Amino acid sequence: MFKKLAITAVLGSSLLVATAASAETKAGFVYVGPVGDHGWSYQHDQGRKAVEKALGVKTTYVENVSEGADAERVIRKLASSGNDIIFTTSFGYMNPTIKVAKRFPKVKFEHATGYKRAKNVSTYSARFYEGRAVIGTIAGKMTKSNIVGYIGSFPIPEVIRGIDAFTLAMRAVNPKAVVKVVWVNSWFDPGKEGDAAKALIDQGADIITQHTDSPAPLQVAEKRGVYAFGQASDMKAFAPKAQLTSIIDDWSHYYISRVKAVMDGSWKSTDTWGGFNAEMVKMAPISDAVPADVRKLALAKRDAIMDGSFHPFQGPIKNQKGELVVKAGEVLSDKVLSGLNWYVEGVEGTMPK
Amino acid sequence: MEILLPALLTIITAATPLLFAALGELVTEKSGVLNLGVEGMMVMGAIVGFATVHVSGSATLAILASILAGMLMAAIFALLVLKFHASQVPTGLALTIFGIGLSALIGQSMIGVAYDGIPQIAIPLLADIPLLGRLLFQQDFLVYLSIVMVVSVSWFLYRTRAGLILRAVGDSHDAAHAMGYSVIRIRLLAILFGGAMAGLGGAYLSLAYSPLWVEQMTAGRGWIALALVVFATWRPARVLLGAYLFGGITILQLHAQAFGIAVPSQVMSMLPYLATIVVLVIISSDRSRIKLNAPASLGRAFHPSR
Repeated sequence: MFKKLAITAVLGSSLLVATAASAETKAGFVYVGPVGDHGWSYQHDQGRKAVEKALGVKTTYVENVSEGADAERVIRKLASSGNDIIFTTSFGYMNPTIKVAKRFPKVKFEHATGYKRAKNVSTYSARFYEGRAVIGTIAGKMTKSNIVGYIGSFPIPEVIRGIDAFTLAMRAVNPKAVVKVVWVNSWFDPGKEGDAAKALIDQGADIITQHTDSPAPLQVAEKRGVYAFGQASDMKAFAPKAQLTSIIDDWSHYYISRVKAVMDGSWKSTDTWGGFNAEMVKMAPISDAVPADVRKLALAKRDAIMDGSFHPFQGPIKNQKGELVVKAGEVLSDKVLSGLNWYVEGVEGTMPK
Repeated sequence: MEILLPALLTIITAATPLLFAALGELVTEKSGVLNLGVEGMMVMGAIVGFATVHVSGSATLAILASILAGMLMAAIFALLVLKFHASQVPTGLALTIFGIGLSALIGQSMIGVAYDGIPQIAIPLLADIPLLGRLLFQQDFLVYLSIVMVVSVSWFLYRTRAGLILRAVGDSHDAAHAMGYSVIRIRLLAILFGGAMAGLGGAYLSLAYSPLWVEQMTAGRGWIALALVVFATWRPARVLLGAYLFGGITILQLHAQAFGIAVPSQVMSMLPYLATIVVLVIISSDRSRIKLNAPASLGRAFHPSR
């Protein structure tokens, strides 16, 4: 009885100490879009909320910060107002982050999707293409017309990687299937994204996937009775029948671990490019429309990526012209992947320059 | 035709929001007022309509609420430029920025909410005509309304006395004032009408086109509507033509891409504005050609004392 009490007392006091220490830690976040975009910035903000909930630290965020001179001012303001760690969550914040970091050597900085690091600046990004390999597998098995529509935002390596990983996985299970790509030149224009989905469906696509942020293409798919995949977050509410699964960006584990590292003093400048294993990329529950064997195949693909026995970009890989680019047994390096700018075999159309 | 039909159907939905907003702005500009706040009024119409349908479940109520939201925004504009003689251009710009911010605030809890979209109405008999029937007589209520509005606005401006007075106010507010017409009241009504139509355009976006709410979902359509008015040289029928042309360009380039025809889509996104610039150049190079349509005192503040 007394022992139990004593343990409770000890536990209680250690908890008190923990909260006292964490109360002093502050984390700042800079977003490029509104937290209400239901896409990129929204998911980062979910990560921020997870940090608050898990560690009880005080967080501040600034949304809608454009990627120019504004960014530097906002980051400097966050650094000078006592934040211990600052997450800058868009590629264009790279130089401002480095610049401000020089002036605030005691503050830790975390820059998303960039490549410049310093003693107090880490970089992090997610291997979303791992998720694309999983949905590509499902698409290959589920398509009847053998045409899959892909809505692209901008032809940058991040997006090309997704298209290629998707196509490779799809053709591994269905060599007859092709991917039609339509670029909408926007991360976010529900009307145009929906129109692109309609155009693709009109031209025979019976599965739609997207690398843009709004759920509009899923709504179109739902209305037209074809299947689709969600983007960035679970979009089942918009397309209960059409959504087969969704690739989810999940920053919460990373954010919690990094803030924790600041709290216990173990923070170091690192470069993180995490996928399923880092829990940065997750899959939404697979819909019942997917037959059991296809579901099994898709999950096996995910597991193989996680245990390292499969890489979405392992050879043999042919480019659009049918030339062998990666030999069997070889794997595209991270360096090539980070600058990927060509289509694999099975993607239709030419890439805009 | 069988292949073109789906593309044409999509063009109608892409053109309708532009058509509503541009028609409203046309009437506003015809009275001599330049309201650059179309984007802001549209986005407010979109969120208020979507929020209303989410709460009440009634599409009719939602459309009415959108109209009201657009009018309220327009009323703010009217108060500033008519009562306090604020300059129209910056006031309109401020209205756009204000609308985008306010709609985001109202819409905070609407993110991630889904809606099926307003129902389509098939007109009996006519809808059964092969091809044409599906294209023209199986649309939602708002598409029909947009066409009715083109005819009504055209008839009002050129076939009624009230329309004549409105155009007179837009051409020379001093002369109209001397004739004993209330310039301020007529302009107020024209501005409110513009707001109502922009609200309708917004409602079409969030209730029919892509039935959901996301911040800044108008994505620049208010600006295209403004360009459209100039492109159409202030003629309602040409606004109809222009809206379908601008809508058509965006849709056809998507189809071209899916067909594998390489079109730089950035160029396509510029086209509406390029076309507008070309029209502007023609207007300024040969004023007499356009003079009859362009409201002569567009953008000028009216002081009855002078």
